[in-house]
Amino acid sequence: MGTLKTVKTGDTVKVAKINGAGAVKHRLMEMGITKGSEVYVRKVAPLGDPIEVTIRGYELSVRKEDAEMVEVE
Amino acid sequence: MAVTIALAGNPNSGKTTLFNSLTGSNQFVGNWPGVTVEKKEGKLKGRKDVSVMDLPGIYSLSPYTLEEVVSRNYLVDERPDAILNIIDGTNLERNLYLTTQLVELGIPVVLAVNMIDVVEKQGDKINLDALSRELGCKSIEISALKGTNVMEAANLAAESASGSKPNPKHKFSGSVEHALAHIEEAAVHSLPDEQQRWYAIKIFERDEKIIEKLKISPDTLKHIEADIQACEKEMDDDVESIVTSQRYQYIDSIIKDCSKKKKKGDLSTSDKIDRVVTNRWLALPIFAIVMFIVYYVSVTTVGTIATDWANDGVFGDGWHLLGIGSSQYEEAAGEFEVEAIKADAFLEAADESGIDTSAVREGLESEDPDSAVAEFQAIPEVAGLLADAYITDEDGETVETISVNAASFADAALAPEPDPAEYGVWVPGVPILLEGFLTAVNCAEWLQSLILDGIVAGVGAVLGFVPQMLILFIFLAFLESCGYMARIAFIMDRIFRKFGLSGKGFIPILIGTGCGVPGIMASRTIESDKDRKMTIITTTFIPCSAKLPIIALITGAILGGAAWVAPLSYFIGFAAIVCSGIILKKTKLFSGDVAPFVMELPNYHMPTVRNILSSMWERGWSFIKKAGTIILLATIFVWFTSSFGWADGSFGMVDMSDSILAVIGSGIAWIFSPLGWGDWKAAVAAITGLIAKENVVGTFGILYGNLAEVSEDGAEIWSLLAVSFTTLSAFSFLVFNLLCAPCFAAMGAIKREMNNTGWFWFAIGYQCVFAYLVALVIYQFGMLFTQGAFGFGTVVAFLIAAGFIFMLFKKDSKSSKAAFATGQ
Repeated sequence: MGTLKTVKTGDTVKVAKINGAGAVKHRLMEMGITKGSEVYVRKVAPLGDPIEVTIRGYELSVRKEDAEMVEVE
Repeated sequence: MAVTIALAGNPNSGKTTLFNSLTGSNQFVGNWPGVTVEKKEGKLKGRKDVSVMDLPGIYSLSPYTLEEVVSRNYLVDERPDAILNIIDGTNLERNLYLTTQLVELGIPVVLAVNMIDVVEKQGDKINLDALSRELGCKSIEISALKGTNVMEAANLAAESASGSKPNPKHKFSGSVEHALAHIEEAAVHSLPDEQQRWYAIKIFERDEKIIEKLKISPDTLKHIEADIQACEKEMDDDVESIVTSQRYQYIDSIIKDCSKKKKKGDLSTSDKIDRVVTNRWLALPIFAIVMFIVYYVSVTTVGTIATDWANDGVFGDGWHLLGIGSSQYEEAAGEFEVEAIKADAFLEAADESGIDTSAVREGLESEDPDSAVAEFQAIPEVAGLLADAYITDEDGETVETISVNAASFADAALAPEPDPAEYGVWVPGVPILLEGFLTAVNCAEWLQSLILDGIVAGVGAVLGFVPQMLILFIFLAFLESCGYMARIAFIMDRIFRKFGLSGKGFIPILIGTGCGVPGIMASRTIESDKDRKMTIITTTFIPCSAKLPIIALITGAILGGAAWVAPLSYFIGFAAIVCSGIILKKTKLFSGDVAPFVMELPNYHMPTVRNILSSMWERGWSFIKKAGTIILLATIFVWFTSSFGWADGSFGMVDMSDSILAVIGSGIAWIFSPLGWGDWKAAVAAITGLIAKENVVGTFGILYGNLAEVSEDGAEIWSLLAVSFTTLSAFSFLVFNLLCAPCFAAMGAIKREMNNTGWFWFAIGYQCVFAYLVALVIYQFGMLFTQGAFGFGTVVAFLIAAGFIFMLFKKDSKSSKAAFATGQ
């Protein structure tokens, strides 16, 4: 158990829960990061933030502070 | 019967391409009322009765982004006859998320599954019949890029307008449906049947905008809230998340029957490109190279040529057609310049050896230079004089030293200045042609001035920047549609978000160093409304090329040509952007709901020429149309006030020093006293700078030196200016002019982009106040430290500086985290 922020590049994880509330949480979910979905961490931006993940077959960029809201298995 | 089809879909789903091929050239581009979001509509090709409304690209109908609010307000309030929902066939899951919401609106929906060619190429299959059946709406395969089935899709949507209302098949889980049934009964039963479900779901999600709109009584709301909370308790999640999760679960369940995906094997081309372009080590160098190319072409080379051609050619003296004769003319002009340097050197040498040169200097300007030169040569001391003329290159290095004697001086002084019209194919500029015509028809002097200095100058100000803008727009359209723009935001986000700007804010600032007008227009590419507004407000702080003459004038005249002034100007401009970002972010206007930076990184693909050109033309045209009026009127206003006034007891055309503008300048000069330059001439120069920043130099020439024309850096009036300004007041004047409201053209661009009078005035007001305060603090502190002058102004400056530092370092009271924790 950890958050999406700590997942190593190249790893695929399953979303367990999304914490927090409001706009960011809702947007993350609307973009497809819902409970049970698989997330593949593709890379970290050159300056160390944000990260790029593959979700539901497409690429999404998420800031680390937002990725922290996503609990993964 | 007239039918309206709304085109809805995710960003990057091919919506723009589809819209372009459906409407062709028959489209109108503007903004949605009062907001910065673009609005496009057009008539369906070959069917005058069908209009197509292009909605902004959205992922959902939630109330979190301006695009979504605009789209759903349109769909709910205007109720188009049908929705054509374009979805990316290669990315069905996420695209269908919006579809599940659209079908609940009670408006007929037709699914256009785009990029079907790519889907087939990947070996995947989409079962449209199953999709239609599951979602309760018609569907069709299209390829917007290749034009496959495009018109069929539109016709299908137009036909479905009169058909049956959609019947969404999706049902949420038992407890949610239970709550929805209650809400429908309690709050929305008065609405038409087909609309009830959408409203009920929104009320269930506690959508404040909808609850407010429906004016649901607090009692009813309390009653509903009990249901919602029961549901939340049961599912152990908040309602919005419950709804979103269940929509995706539903999509997961139907997608198995509708789409067969081949197992992914090799990396796609797009993946391969991305591996290099956003590589940890290569990303920044590649970004720098891309930015350099954009800057080099659209600002320094082609862009400058285009702007010079438009401003100095078409709206100036004229230009050589296709450059024929340019090089010969430049050669001749170069030779003439050498002669001028020789003549000057000789006259200076004469001055130094005590010979009076005033007569010959005047004589050279008169009708009869020959005799003046002859008389000068007749002076005995002149005959023996020898002077050295230094020919320098661009860097000021001496490349040649020519010795000048009295005889060669005469040749040099009397050398005729080459006329560009005598070389190659010369096309006179609009003002020259008009002036010739107006003089020929004996037009009154005031009318001639109105037409030439007012209207033509105004139109020139509008159109002069368009060629450069179009070049930039080609780049922007390319970067956007090929997918690199999203990567720029990805790469730069870390730096720019610190001061409240999007990573894409880099481009407007970069372009702004050339010209603020295209810089402001480049803010279009930024998604978040707040980031976009912030960028529009701050972009013109960076010195544009028209501010360089002001820098050169002040540096040369008062600051002794110090090399640090120009770099410092750029530093001040950039610091102003950063500080404004940090400060504004903490104000009410920009705090609150932070648009989350959860951004799709679309696949790379080669954009079509047609899309790029139409995007370029759209943006260019909308600038001309929307910004043109304000620029024209403002230019005419300044022309009028600067050329009319009371002299000798009557009203009429006067010199600038007697003009209304001079009266205004005297009236407001006191405002600038605390800045150290409360002289009406400086105030007037700052006002004329609003037409175009380089005008400041020209106005100084007129007011201080009585010169009708000065060179670009105003070298002629340096000594006169040095008397009126101190180092400090000159620097304060420079800083004020660098940071205050930009020229009218840029203001027009701000007005066009903000699309809201309140925000427009806020932007201009902020820029002026910011410039004023910075200049004031600089002057007052400077006086304190250099002269020990302490007064009321010093106290004010301390207060401003303290307030500024406080705002800069104050903790953001409503930090994003706190706001989200309370669900605001």
